[in-house]
Amino acid sequence: METLYSVTVGILTACSVFLILRGRSFPVVVGITMLSYAVNLFLFSTGRLTIDGAPILGTSDSYADPLPQALVLTAIVIGFAMTAYSIILAVRTRGEVGTDEVSDSNSEDNR
Amino acid sequence: MWQQHLAILPILIPLFTALLQLLPWGDRPQPKRRAIGLAASILTLVASAFLLIEVNSQEMLVYLLGNWEAPFGIVLMVDKLSAMMMLLTAVLAFPVLVYGCYSEDNLGSHFHALFQFQIMGIMGAFATGDLFNLFVFFEVLLISSYALLMHGGGKFRVRATLHYVLLNLLGSALFLIAIGTLYGVTGTLNMADMAVKIQALSGDQAMLAKAGALMLLIVFGLKAALLPLHFWLPQAYSTTSGVVAALFAIMTKVGVYSIIRVYTLIFGADANELALVAHDWLWVMGLLTMLAGALGILAARDLRLMVAYLVVISVGTILTAYSLFSTQTTGAALFYLVHSTFVTGALFLLADVMAFERGKTASRIVSGKRMANHSTYAVMFLVAAVAVIGLPPLSGFVSKLMILESASANGHNFWLWAAIIGATFIMLVAVTRAGSKMIWHTLSGKPSEQSAPLGKRAALASLLLLSLLMTVFAHPIQQYTQSVAEQLERTEDYPKWVLKAPEVSDE
Repeated sequence: METLYSVTVGILTACSVFLILRGRSFPVVVGITMLSYAVNLFLFSTGRLTIDGAPILGTSDSYADPLPQALVLTAIVIGFAMTAYSIILAVRTRGEVGTDEVSDSNSEDNR
Repeated sequence: MWQQHLAILPILIPLFTALLQLLPWGDRPQPKRRAIGLAASILTLVASAFLLIEVNSQEMLVYLLGNWEAPFGIVLMVDKLSAMMMLLTAVLAFPVLVYGCYSEDNLGSHFHALFQFQIMGIMGAFATGDLFNLFVFFEVLLISSYALLMHGGGKFRVRATLHYVLLNLLGSALFLIAIGTLYGVTGTLNMADMAVKIQALSGDQAMLAKAGALMLLIVFGLKAALLPLHFWLPQAYSTTSGVVAALFAIMTKVGVYSIIRVYTLIFGADANELALVAHDWLWVMGLLTMLAGALGILAARDLRLMVAYLVVISVGTILTAYSLFSTQTTGAALFYLVHSTFVTGALFLLADVMAFERGKTASRIVSGKRMANHSTYAVMFLVAAVAVIGLPPLSGFVSKLMILESASANGHNFWLWAAIIGATFIMLVAVTRAGSKMIWHTLSGKPSEQSAPLGKRAALASLLLLSLLMTVFAHPIQQYTQSVAEQLERTEDYPKWVLKAPEVSDE
């Protein structure tokens, strides 16, 4: 299970890095969203992967660490809000600048 | 006893004020919002001042949130460094808000609420003693900074904000990975507790923790604008409105603070296999950051861009001095940190009023019209330039002298002396050129009729006055920063304080 889990996180991260390195804002935003999924999965695994374990001591044979779950929840909420904000920002940049290219090769000359 | 809640007041006051600012407040809300904002800003200032006095006598205040026992619950851990940074934030925020109240807040919506949320995030980042809570407060201050950076709108601002947001989202993702790695290895998020756990690590576990530690350095380096992660700063700071840029003078210092906190307390000299894991990096990158900033100010064709690069130089100076890891140098670097925050804040405001009065030439470094308050700005520019370059007699000179003198006792002096004196010389050349172009060489003809309001000039003057005061009261301030550095070095005291913190009582 650990291998499958870590391969999943690795592939997600690799894909997101590829997308983030693209030159247009839409793939970059998608890449950042995907990276936040990878990060959430990674955070979840830092409490070690347990099956059939309650996050409370004494109720099952083994127990699951509840703290990473709380961390992931916080990270999801923040990540969700930030994704929404960056999409709005990307759309607005597209509207005001007229292009969705992330690089600003010509903005120096206009200053 | 209200004193036991003192540690959380500088976070709660801006939080509740921000919520108040979101209410509709009738047809003409702005005057009311300004009054509330200014009153809250003074309250925060008073609370931070009390906090500093309290911490100075008690060494450290630990506040258990929800009375959960450390290290299981989140704690606020206000030591002398935190208290100093919180007071610094409050002192900077007040004149900046006064400046903002002169119709800068009309350029976009919700300026006042965002301003308070920003202060809350910064205060929280300084106060917290929990690594994940630090992430949360980083997000609070970043989210408000995203919106503030866009304040006023415009093509360049939107684009610079997009870059800033995307970079910081990546930074946040890395921050979470680093926290996850460290939690997986040590099983705790409390900084003081983690410091104890890190000492026991060896072998593979230590390597994992090292990976986490260095990823944290990337995250904090991005916030602090350490080379090679500084490229976002000049664009973002030079395109945003003056009042926001002045407030952001403290933002890079949040990154600097986090570096000092984490790499002294958790990965400090006592961390066995992980001892001083970041200091070699900080030494090299700090020196190169100074060089990059110096090249930047030489190349800058806009005063605001130049001030942004001055911020980069100040970050390089502080972190290089800190990387020597000696008590005296750290103390001197902290003095320089306070000084540079005030002066760069004042310079951003000065660039803004000058741009307003110059009209079409704005803040570009070319000769333009005579400004309506020409001689006032000339004097202010002179004072700010002397302070920021580090010429005698102002605080820049005092603090740079302290750094150089303390470094010479360490035998590390050659590169540090060369870098600081070289950067000072380049700053002298570049800032003087900017001053003579913009203030001495004016075009003939009628002077500008646009005059910035007196309140704006007063806010600006009060920031400059702080630099003068820092020179006059250099001795007590230096003694305090030295005691901060001494406390930082006694890392073995932190777990004792934090893990045995008394509960907050009901009375």
